[in-house]
Amino acid sequence: MKASLALLRRERRIGVATIGIGVLGMSLFGIARALAQNEDMVEHKNEKSTYAALAEAPEKARERTNPFEGDRRAMAAGGKLFEQHCAECHGPKAGGTRKGPSLLREEVQQATPGTLFWILTNGVVRRGMPVWSKLPEPERWQIVTFLQSLKVSSKNDQP
Amino acid sequence: MVAYVIPGSIRQKLPGLFFPVLIFSLLLSRPCLLLAQESPYIVTYDHYLEEPGSLEVEYFSTFGTQRDGNDFHAFWTELEYGATAWWTTELYLDGQTTFHDSTVFTGFRWENRFRLLQREHLVNPVFYIEYEQISGADKIRKEVEGHDVESDYAASNAVLRKQRDHELETKLLLSSTFKGWNVAVNPIVTKNFLPSEPWEFAYAIGASRPLALKARPNRCNFCRENFVAGVEMYGGLGDAQSAGLHDTSHYLAPVVAWNLPSDWTLRVSSGFGLNDNSHRLLLHWGLSREFSGFGEIVGRFFGGRP
Repeated sequence: MKASLALLRRERRIGVATIGIGVLGMSLFGIARALAQNEDMVEHKNEKSTYAALAEAPEKARERTNPFEGDRRAMAAGGKLFEQHCAECHGPKAGGTRKGPSLLREEVQQATPGTLFWILTNGVVRRGMPVWSKLPEPERWQIVTFLQSLKVSSKNDQP
Repeated sequence: MVAYVIPGSIRQKLPGLFFPVLIFSLLLSRPCLLLAQESPYIVTYDHYLEEPGSLEVEYFSTFGTQRDGNDFHAFWTELEYGATAWWTTELYLDGQTTFHDSTVFTGFRWENRFRLLQREHLVNPVFYIEYEQISGADKIRKEVEGHDVESDYAASNAVLRKQRDHELETKLLLSSTFKGWNVAVNPIVTKNFLPSEPWEFAYAIGASRPLALKARPNRCNFCRENFVAGVEMYGGLGDAQSAGLHDTSHYLAPVVAWNLPSDWTLRVSSGFGLNDNSHRLLLHWGLSREFSGFGEIVGRFFGGRP
């Protein structure tokens, strides 16, 4: 009798713990979701200022030259890296999605290689773009090479 | 009620079955996948957070040798979600099997990491805070704190489970990446909620580098760019009542991660005990897969924007 009572208590504790974890997880997700949506809204309101981050690159960073300029292999490798790490937010053809801006826009296409490299390295954390310094420097330059190979498109090309 | 329907022998194995079932259910619900560029560390953290909206599902195992007791296989599942570009939150579910003893669920942990600076600097700080509710039988050995020593784990699961730990763990994750090398240093401070328990201190340090810094144009499984190798060292530094290296354990572990183009990451770490208080071997391995756009999918499920 005593043993069954102890077992019952144990099962009840496991049940309570499971419900607790569930409630905790749901609330956590709710908070995260609310925050993420809030960031999305801010982004939509200030779409123009998303590109303003390009202007924040320091002079020294802007002047850096791309060691792979015109290198076809680097361009192809950059395309592969773009597909793996960037396409989810910027779209498979870099035309932008709800999560990330178009990289075909003039603001991006006219930016110097150094500026693009700086943005890749530092991200735009407050607008949801993570830092990508975890990719080795040559790989970041390969992505820049790929981005520069994309044609300049007008605002009408936006998806 | 379940307790009376399922025979005792199967019930005992349930905690062990829980993790594979959970992982496979998540893997079968296949949203968009994203190639992760994961670091090889098991214990040390660098400053990189989960991409916003992505969920990383991870399964890890620890095989540990035990003098004056039975060797063990501890396992844990991590559900790591990128809430924003500066905040990652993570839920851990832990369990273990001690050979010739039993399999038990040992508790859960809820971890949060906050990026403190907007941009990259020479040293990048991330604040880490974790609440853990685990039993004394928890053997995942993901961190070694205070005066944790091998003999603490020699008792049977029945005895170890009686001890309940409610702890708050904080870390300052300092990490720097230069010329492909990542160096990370994590000072750790832990407080058990029992007033009688002192603050405990620990450390974890690591260095790693991809085997190739340039990517190849084609997708490949075995090219060097997919491998990241390194080494990490971790151990306890005593507690507020007796800080220092006496009665502490320390480990040195070569680590390697294999980031596959098929979206899986495999990590292996072989931790060798550096003194008599340490387990001779702590072999960690883990498998993970990243699901991007998970936040949006769940948001839509709950009636969010299409």
